[in-house]
Amino acid sequence: MNKEKYIALTDKHKPKENTLKNAIIAFLAGGFMGTLGQLLIDVYTYFFDVPKTMASTFMIITLIFLGCLFTCLGFFDSLVHKLKCGLIIPITGFAHAMMSAALEYRKEGLVTGIGANMFKLAGSVIVFGVVSAYTFGLIRFIIYGG
Amino acid sequence: MTFKYNNVYINNTETIAGKKEKEGPLGKIFDKTKQDYYFGEKTWEQAEIKLISENIKELLKKADLTIKDIDLLISGDLLNQIAASNYAASKVDLPFLGIYNACASSVEGLIIASNMIEANQANNVIVEVSSHNNTAEKQFRYPVEYGGPKPKTMTFTATGSAGALLSKNKKGIKVESATIGRVKDSYIKEVFYMGAVMAIAAAETIKEHLEETNRTIDYYDLVLTGDLGKYGKDILKDYLSIEYKIKPNNLDDSACMIYDINNQGVYSGASGPVCLPLVTYSYIFNKMFKGEYKKVLIVATGALMNTTTVNQQMTIPSIAHAISLEVID
Repeated sequence: MNKEKYIALTDKHKPKENTLKNAIIAFLAGGFMGTLGQLLIDVYTYFFDVPKTMASTFMIITLIFLGCLFTCLGFFDSLVHKLKCGLIIPITGFAHAMMSAALEYRKEGLVTGIGANMFKLAGSVIVFGVVSAYTFGLIRFIIYGG
Repeated sequence: MTFKYNNVYINNTETIAGKKEKEGPLGKIFDKTKQDYYFGEKTWEQAEIKLISENIKELLKKADLTIKDIDLLISGDLLNQIAASNYAASKVDLPFLGIYNACASSVEGLIIASNMIEANQANNVIVEVSSHNNTAEKQFRYPVEYGGPKPKTMTFTATGSAGALLSKNKKGIKVESATIGRVKDSYIKEVFYMGAVMAIAAAETIKEHLEETNRTIDYYDLVLTGDLGKYGKDILKDYLSIEYKIKPNNLDDSACMIYDINNQGVYSGASGPVCLPLVTYSYIFNKMFKGEYKKVLIVATGALMNTTTVNQQMTIPSIAHAISLEVID
């Protein structure tokens, strides 16, 4: 069997992912995460008298903490698996990627294990985040002058 | 390349399975099962070493032999530099051959052992294989606790070890013949579609075995492939009938047997070098001893995947070895 025929055969048996269902789940879960974030901001400003800009930072820290904690407790991966991009795209996904890698390599030493491997999954997010921020910042500077 | 054997037998086997395998449909028939992924060790890698060491001990106990009666240990696993096998071998005072054919290692080991026994180079040979879900995930895929979405074609690496003791003593199951497979380019680049990677190698080896032994596939009561998973099994069946007009009605895949595919969250089935021998040495051998199967062809399939070359956009090669097992008359 030649290459094209074999690839066609394997494609024929490949199950279709239910994109629409996944998108709806991610939309709802993402929406829930957004609401939760807003709720946290409101709680911080209303009950603790924190200024609004500071409250957003507090909210981010809280979500990162929860993402890390639940990863360590061992059930966040099944939650991410079910809710998909609804939990991966928000800051919780970044925290989850960092924490799971750190957990994985903790027995291999602080420097050679955790330090070297913690950014294994999340490293490219940082790299391309910085690159795109720089690129779009430059475009904005050229067009609008600042 | 096919060999015939006159005087080689698998005398004893030992299977140790993990927690998830214990919860599967074959859970009760494994010799030993584990409660967690550490088995009292500090790391998963050490746990996998323990899987092999313990398997050798239990196998010797079962066969009523001591380590001095054994001439050679052959072992393979999935870790880099087959670390689990090497460390386990360092704990026993035996001549050692470390082998790697990914998930086809089990039959590769059986073929080497059978050839050496047939040639009178060794009397008692132990063949071990192991895999551990967490060590394999860590090495080939994502961190274990990372829950990012995975495609349905993915397989779940089985945890466990399986050992066999081969000799000339007419006891147990007869090794009748074996075919050493050729490495095939699968044309596939997807690391999460190993069934498609390995199906082509399985088909070519089955065809070569049947051709060189002058048999039809119906000669065997069962043809059991390694770890293709449910989609890979369908590809293999289609490939055999389209390309070689072979109708494989007696074909099954061990990846579809270890777990309850629909309810255990294992995607398209099990994988790992231990997958095939876990099923063969327990479920299939039981059926052979009961007389339900007389002649069985075991086809171990291995995706020879390298994480570096895959990232360099190279296609994944695969291999399959076949061994024909028979009930002693």
